[in-house]
Amino acid sequence: MSAKGGQVRVMRVKDWTHPVRAVRREVLTATPEVDEGKPPVLFVPGFGHGAWAFTEHWLEHTASRGFPAHAMSLRGHGGSGPAPEATLRAYTHDVAQVAASLPRQAVLVGHGAGALVVTHALARYPARAGVLVAPVFGGWGTAGVALLRNPVGTLPAIFGGRLRLSRRQLFSRELPDAAARGYTGRLGRAGKRAQWQLLTHREPEPAVGNPPMLVLGSPDDRVVSAAALGRAARRYGAAPLLFPGMGHDLMLDARWREPIDAILDWLDKER
Amino acid sequence: MSTSADHDRPDFSFGDNESGSAASHPGGRSVYDRGGAVCVIGAGASGLTAIKNLKEYGFDVDCYERETGVGGAWNWRHDRSPVYASTHLISSKPFTQFPDFLMPDSWPDYPHHSQLLSYLDRYADHFDLRPHIWFGTEVVRVEPVDGHRWDVTTRSTGGYGTERTSRYAAVVVANGHNWSPKLPSYEGLDEFRGQVMHASAYKEATQLRGKRVLVVGAGNTGCDIAVEAGQQAAKCWHSSRRGYWYAPKYVFGRPTDQVNDRVLAMRLPLWLRQWLFHRTLRLTVGDLTRFGLPRPDHKVYETHPIANSQLVYYIGHGAVTPVPEIIQFRSYSVKLSDGQEIEPDLVVFATGYLPRFEFLAPEILGTNADGRPALYLNAFPRRHPTLAVAGLLQPDSGVFPLVHWQTVAIARWLRLRETAPERATSFAARIDTDAGRRFNRAKVKDSSRHWFEIGHVDYLRALQRTLDELETAP
Ligand SMILES: Cc1cc2nc3c(=O)[nH]c(=O)nc-3n(C[C@H](O)[C@H](O)[C@H](O)COP(=O)(O)OP(=O)(O)OC[C@H]3O[C@@H](n4cnc5c(N)ncnc54)[C@H](O)[C@@H]3O)c2cc1C
Repeated sequence: MSAKGGQVRVMRVKDWTHPVRAVRREVLTATPEVDEGKPPVLFVPGFGHGAWAFTEHWLEHTASRGFPAHAMSLRGHGGSGPAPEATLRAYTHDVAQVAASLPRQAVLVGHGAGALVVTHALARYPARAGVLVAPVFGGWGTAGVALLRNPVGTLPAIFGGRLRLSRRQLFSRELPDAAARGYTGRLGRAGKRAQWQLLTHREPEPAVGNPPMLVLGSPDDRVVSAAALGRAARRYGAAPLLFPGMGHDLMLDARWREPIDAILDWLDKER
Repeated sequence: MSTSADHDRPDFSFGDNESGSAASHPGGRSVYDRGGAVCVIGAGASGLTAIKNLKEYGFDVDCYERETGVGGAWNWRHDRSPVYASTHLISSKPFTQFPDFLMPDSWPDYPHHSQLLSYLDRYADHFDLRPHIWFGTEVVRVEPVDGHRWDVTTRSTGGYGTERTSRYAAVVVANGHNWSPKLPSYEGLDEFRGQVMHASAYKEATQLRGKRVLVVGAGNTGCDIAVEAGQQAAKCWHSSRRGYWYAPKYVFGRPTDQVNDRVLAMRLPLWLRQWLFHRTLRLTVGDLTRFGLPRPDHKVYETHPIANSQLVYYIGHGAVTPVPEIIQFRSYSVKLSDGQEIEPDLVVFATGYLPRFEFLAPEILGTNADGRPALYLNAFPRRHPTLAVAGLLQPDSGVFPLVHWQTVAIARWLRLRETAPERATSFAARIDTDAGRRFNRAKVKDSSRHWFEIGHVDYLRALQRTLDELETAP
């Protein structure tokens, strides 16, 4: 997956003739005390989550390690403007817009279905690096796993209803119940069409600018299977970094510090 | 604003660094050998995207820019900037932005020139391009040496200081083609006592206020200036030699280029598209000959259409008077082809620009006696595989996306020549046979004004094929 290897797509008739509608976008920022010249990191939450999922822990922690940190909410999520008809293309546009608005070339970090959005955005924006956290690339396999694990919460989503992720899918037992309830209570929903596209979307186009890529997740994630995680990492020619004992929401779970430190260590090395 | 002094410069010290070392020139002059580095001339939109894409493909890049900032034509502070206070884009945002660096959603469909400059400034900072640029440095000579390498001689823009020559593996010329005024010649022009200026010297409406103005030329700039004169001047005549198609900036409430490309996407035959466009203009703009404008002597798409919603409006107010072409100047008047004689105090020639490459011997770009170079894809000259021109395009859409892909193609081509020279030969052969070919299905007029005219869809499709063909392993 690189600009040099893949076939770029020059003709973008849809983007030219039906530009994605503008919408208010929430972007939350934490700035390091001294500018060490490290690249900005942009966190992209998955479906149902907003920028808030990163402001709990990862945003400040990233800034404390010298990286300007930003978390955004896709349209229709968190504090961004409403967008019931949002599509994967609109979400991709949101990420490409926010990335280009940052003062320097950014690292894109996508979580869950936000990782899928990031892989699409990487074809529209030459990121400094791409990080996919517990990536949900969708397809019918993912839906099958989710149906088995949480039939009541998943089945309506297949028919355009709301996807309800359970506490067990998102967090380990180590996270106190009150916190877990608080987070699941904040979950919203993605656009119907975007949710459907998660099952039916096309392969993302190759990333432009040949960015280094990192995939990480947990073998105990009850949304993304270990096999799916392995497949995602192999697409970029590497093995995933694994954090056993954690749930799908690595940025909110009890041991949130380990994965973000691993990401930032990797970024420090890549520079 | 950051200046060149804020940044690390490429190291030009003698010998002891990796990428630069002194070599001696046959003429005895000392030459700084920049190894595999590529030289980019100009830091306008084309130069900036060239630097970025060459960097992305792993090249060392030095860019020389005669001005003290980036932005080229869009930087109104620059001596040679052609923009005037009221310049807005004529291509709508999705066609104008770089495909991998979107313009903000909060901007209008047709941004103002100052927004374009801030966009290019941000592009330069975002991708950290400034450390590669030598500002205030003009390229005065580019000469082939040693097979396919190039000696680039520079000096400071004011002409003071000494010249220095550096040797590069390749050169990308991105010096722009909208700065050297093309002035027509007319009998009696020297005797004319009124004020005469080229549109490049036009900056703001106060220059027109209260005057009797004759605007010559019906290109986008000519129409813009006529519209301003219509509002500010005591009188405005607008002279055009031929009839043009005036497309409004909006049809059906959408930017016209977006509607047009929807039709293009249907891949209808040219005649049908032309019929549809004629129909749409008939419905939206109406019959312009009723306003005294000449009937177009060509079909749409044969010249790039003029995007201007206001000209017809001001003609309708009687604020702009269309007149035919000029026959002759007299001391205080101008004689027109319909026998009329008018008495302007100011004549503005919006008669376009000519490309200039003073630093290159004309045969290198295959330039003919008129000054038109022969290039493949408007970029690649014959027999000089390590030289390319970026941005020499007059598209029926925005320029930036086209130059972006053009410079990606240049970067891929330079890489492929190193990594898979056997695959590179077939592309070299194509440059040879197809240099000078036009990328436009419609038959385009042959005046210098239309030399670099391309249909963006035909051109981008050709670029897509080239990019696929030049694909290199990561
Ligand atoms: C009035 C007007 C309106 C326009 N409207 C649009 C529009 O709506 N949409 C659109 O896409 N395009 C428009 N354009 C076209 C515009 O030219 C391009 O958008 C773009 O600016 C071209 O960029 P460039 O880098 O090729 O050339 P330029 O912007 O001209 O930049 C060339 C740079 O090279 C430098 N240079 C030149 N010679 C030397 C040398 N010997 N040594 C060192 N440096 C050198 C110059 O100082 C300059 O900075 C318009 C042009 C004009 C004149």
